[in-house]
Amino acid sequence: MIGGERHLLSMADLDRDDIEQLMTLTDSFAEVGERSIPKVPALRGKTIAWLFYEDSTRTRLSFETAAKRLSADTMNFNVSSSSVNKGESLRDTVETITAMGVDGIVVRHRAAGAPHRVAEWVDASVINAGDGWHQHPTQSLLDLYTAREHLGDLDGKHIAIVGDIKHSRVARSNALAFATMGAEVTLVAPKTLLPTHLEGWPVTVTHNLDEVVDDLDICYLLRMQLERQTDAVVPSLREFHTEFGLDVRRADRLGDALIMHPGPMNRGVEIAGEVADRPNAVITEQVANGVSVRMAVLFLLLGSGLDIVDGKRVAA
Amino acid sequence: MAERERGLAAPQSGQFQVRTQVMSDDDVSRAIRRMAHEILERNHGADDVVIIGMQTGGVDLAHRLAADISMIEEVETGSVPVGTLDATMHRDDFGLRPVMPEAATKMPADPTGKVIVLVDDVLYTGRTVRAALDAIHSYGRPRAIQLAVMVDRGHRELPIRPDYVGKNLPTRKDEIVDVNADGVDLGDIT
Repeated sequence: MIGGERHLLSMADLDRDDIEQLMTLTDSFAEVGERSIPKVPALRGKTIAWLFYEDSTRTRLSFETAAKRLSADTMNFNVSSSSVNKGESLRDTVETITAMGVDGIVVRHRAAGAPHRVAEWVDASVINAGDGWHQHPTQSLLDLYTAREHLGDLDGKHIAIVGDIKHSRVARSNALAFATMGAEVTLVAPKTLLPTHLEGWPVTVTHNLDEVVDDLDICYLLRMQLERQTDAVVPSLREFHTEFGLDVRRADRLGDALIMHPGPMNRGVEIAGEVADRPNAVITEQVANGVSVRMAVLFLLLGSGLDIVDGKRVAA
Repeated sequence: MAERERGLAAPQSGQFQVRTQVMSDDDVSRAIRRMAHEILERNHGADDVVIIGMQTGGVDLAHRLAADISMIEEVETGSVPVGTLDATMHRDDFGLRPVMPEAATKMPADPTGKVIVLVDDVLYTGRTVRAALDAIHSYGRPRAIQLAVMVDRGHRELPIRPDYVGKNLPTRKDEIVDVNADGVDLGDIT
């Protein structure tokens, strides 16, 4: 179960069986969302704290909705109006929060590895909601769930992850996640938007989107992360769109292949405005599935009643 | 098998050993037929009746019950709606033992105004039924909920009683009742 761990920090901690199990569990929670009263008492009495050191709307709202549907209490921590501005360290903040008694901490931080550090300090379960350029495991799980709903088993399916790979934790998480499920992963980006070291990534790389666009099952577009880019990595956004954007012409060549995007979209940059509204663009489905997947993760870590022995979850 | 008897619950662990068969396959079929008649008698026909099988032990029984009702009423098979329900998320023993949803819930359209017949294989403490009553109310407000079980083995911990019973079977708490494709077995965990 989740690699026997009590935290969810990286897709690297999950093997194929763990993911399959989570997908099955997600089905149960997707059904809860369809009820006229979409709420179950599974996490009654549990408290979850949000520790978001970075902007987020959809991930935060998605986790919040998931927690509420499970009847958990949530503690909001707003960095901009907190003691962090008075110079409090991450460790002190975490210890203050845990002193109030929390069962789960959902962490987003601009520094890669921050959730791993938090996990070392606390007894609560820690869920990584995005750390720097490193990982965003719940995004990967919801992407896998969405892809499987349309394509079934992902074994042998071909996915291209296109755009700003270098600054994207979603790319790192998803390359691993889709490869673990047996899919063939191709990264498509200009050299300046690829990480300098790709050794050990289970992927192939190309600099030409037109080369692969005809035989894809999934075209996964990434947002240009202008806020993370320190220097000019592309000559202009218009040129990026011409070379690597999913315009109408390329979208036609995709056929029925799924068009996915983690959001928020920059229409006209990585994806043409009209393309994002096509029936094979499942971007809003991804958002809807995000709630179910996060319910499954929260339930598994906080509510399933599996005991923690030496940091591993085992049946009591 | 009732949830206590499945692998998840671990009050006892070990191998299930059959001591006696208390109902044969034919006995089970006859009991289902009788319960189908009782359901029709009590509800003056099959209008508005929705059969809901508890995951996982009640699902097969629910389908057989619905098929018998359709046959007796001489209506097309499938005209009595059948659903399935996994009430795990509404259980009261979170934290006391591992709890995992086992199979999908498929409730037929809005149950408001319908008569729901909840079907399970074994009625024991009544806690699963309580969880199911809770779960059903998050789908709507049925006119009535009735309970049909193949075996009532006693030892209730809540004020819950069945409306239709295949067999009343007095048991000790350490015994195990197993409803399977060949009938009903009574045995122990050794």
